[in-house]
Amino acid sequence: MIELVAESACIKCDICVRICPTDVFDAVPGAAPIIARKDDCHTCMACELHCPADALYVSPRSDPDPAVDPETIAASGILGSYARALGWHRGAPGGTDDDPGVLLAFNRAPNPNDKVRMQLYNISQRNYIDVESSQVADV
Amino acid sequence: MALELDPGSRLARRSYDTSLVADVLVIGGGPAGAWAALTATEAGARVVLVEKGYTGTAGPLSSANTGIYYIKPDDPIHRRGMVTARMPLAFGLADERWLERTLDQSYANLDAMANWGYKWPKNEAGQEYRARLRGPDTLAFLRRRLTYARVVLLDHSPALELLMSNGVAAGATGVNRQTGTTWCVRAAAVVLATGGTAFLSGVAGTRGNTGDGYLFAAEAGAQFSGMEFSSQYAPAPYGGVLSRGAHLEYATLFDNAGNEITRGRKTVEAIEGTGAAWAILDKAKDEATRAMLRKTHAHIFLHLERLGIDPFREKYRIDFRLEGTIRAVGGLAIDDDLATTVPGLFAAGDITSKENVVGAGPPGGGPAAAWALASGSWAGKSAAVFAKRLGPLAKARPVEPIGMTGLRTAKDRKSDLSIADVTASVQAEMIPFDRNYWRSGVNLAGSLERFGREWREISNGSLLGEAVDTRSAARDLMRSRETTAMLATARWINASALERTETRGLHRRSDFPDLDPAQEHRLLSGGLDDVWVRRVPATPAAAAIAS
Repeated sequence: MIELVAESACIKCDICVRICPTDVFDAVPGAAPIIARKDDCHTCMACELHCPADALYVSPRSDPDPAVDPETIAASGILGSYARALGWHRGAPGGTDDDPGVLLAFNRAPNPNDKVRMQLYNISQRNYIDVESSQVADV
Repeated sequence: MALELDPGSRLARRSYDTSLVADVLVIGGGPAGAWAALTATEAGARVVLVEKGYTGTAGPLSSANTGIYYIKPDDPIHRRGMVTARMPLAFGLADERWLERTLDQSYANLDAMANWGYKWPKNEAGQEYRARLRGPDTLAFLRRRLTYARVVLLDHSPALELLMSNGVAAGATGVNRQTGTTWCVRAAAVVLATGGTAFLSGVAGTRGNTGDGYLFAAEAGAQFSGMEFSSQYAPAPYGGVLSRGAHLEYATLFDNAGNEITRGRKTVEAIEGTGAAWAILDKAKDEATRAMLRKTHAHIFLHLERLGIDPFREKYRIDFRLEGTIRAVGGLAIDDDLATTVPGLFAAGDITSKENVVGAGPPGGGPAAAWALASGSWAGKSAAVFAKRLGPLAKARPVEPIGMTGLRTAKDRKSDLSIADVTASVQAEMIPFDRNYWRSGVNLAGSLERFGREWREISNGSLLGEAVDTRSAARDLMRSRETTAMLATARWINASALERTETRGLHRRSDFPDLDPAQEHRLLSGGLDDVWVRRVPATPAAAAIAS
């Protein structure tokens, strides 16, 4: 769940207050938002992605994380690491086209004795499309 | 708090801060609701979409990737191959024609997203791979499209009840959880897309998924199907919340004694029998594969990293967490046009029964995502057509708000039970493996008796405490309805599970551990004060043979 709004990094845009699907934050005039309803956080990490200033830290634990120390977190370089891993930048989506999992080099066949999985795997090899032939003219 | 400010009293007096009129009202802003709204708009309807959280981040898709059917309609090997591969996983309860129409609609929707600018990756040969969606990106992308299509979006606006006009759905009312204000949307047709429920098991992205739409539909008289196929659990790191297993294709799993086990039922048996299960991603041997996995499943590895786990080099403890009816099977019974049994009330996504497509399950992310997009499109189109047929009559008709338990109670008193009491009671039956992963007749009958008593208690007394301001009062009202919805849902699930005396797909009975070929039927259910279950033939073909 949400553990930290880093005051030093926060630009007080209140985007997290607006986009949090469980309404965890409260806006504070002239200051960083506060974590008002921590128990409601469901660890979707949307706030981290949508934060244009990389000012938020969400712990992946379902219970409050006792180990979180704001200064250690801020110094660790972990702020914004989820956005960087996905290819989001300053709160804007990006990076869906950068997925090495589709490269043939990484295609992993299941156990050949597992007939159902094997059949699904063979079918999935036909998922690739030649983009030119699939484009519709009205873009 | 003063009566005139209390959102509950204001809803009872039909005093609304915001009153809107629409052709189609969509409740729920996940992928199914978004597609319903887009398709209805395309068909000429004026659409309002209300979401408890925020359309663009709400729902279980927000936290991770999903595979999705992208099956070429003109490639018979691809299309027939997928159908024949899936049917054995449906345990006799699916209908091939529904699977085929879902494949085709999902393909069309993904191509539409490509035309609108969603980007997919390409392989070395320059070919694109559209059979996957990244959750946070997809939701943000669909929100931009909804704005572009001029769909009116109400965020942080949980619906609390339906409006009905002579047995026909006519809109909904609710509150804004951030301001404490009340709203009302009158509409010619309503699409429910509020998702399934994990009974607040803690799985990432599911806090808003409390089965609210099931409750609204049941109050209007709708029926459910396949509620027993709801025992969906998925692997997550121990103490963590992200229930995704794609990366475990590269893992070896062990029980607590160090014996190798397989994924799924054996993992649950290991946790129950030996105290724990463990995983290590030892099949990702070289650094290139590990880097690929980190990138492709960034959300999963981020969770592991922040938990202090190096999954490639050390065994880490895993758990199975309840997803309930989320990406499972059971839900509202629907017809070919995604209409519920209530006129004017349509449904899409996880809230509907997916038996037509995946039978008894398990469906997995790919079919569930394809179903969200496809059923969203169909429900949106059907609702727009219904609205057009109704025409100006929609605005002229008298409407009644119909919310009862959890919103308005039969007697003006406080319930002996609190929101926390009822939640704990429901979770005690729905979350533990020995109650819900493996069900038994004795446990189910006992739980139904207790749930019945609790239902009567909260129908005759309010769950609400003393709120300090309108905002907290609005939130309390939402929590009260959420809790009521979870209790009602647990009753349809357990009543259906008691009736099905066999093990099939996502329904497991420890007292009937085998599949019984004589039970290749479906179970309808419904009712609030009196819960009922009824058998029907599985498919039209089966019905023809039976008659």
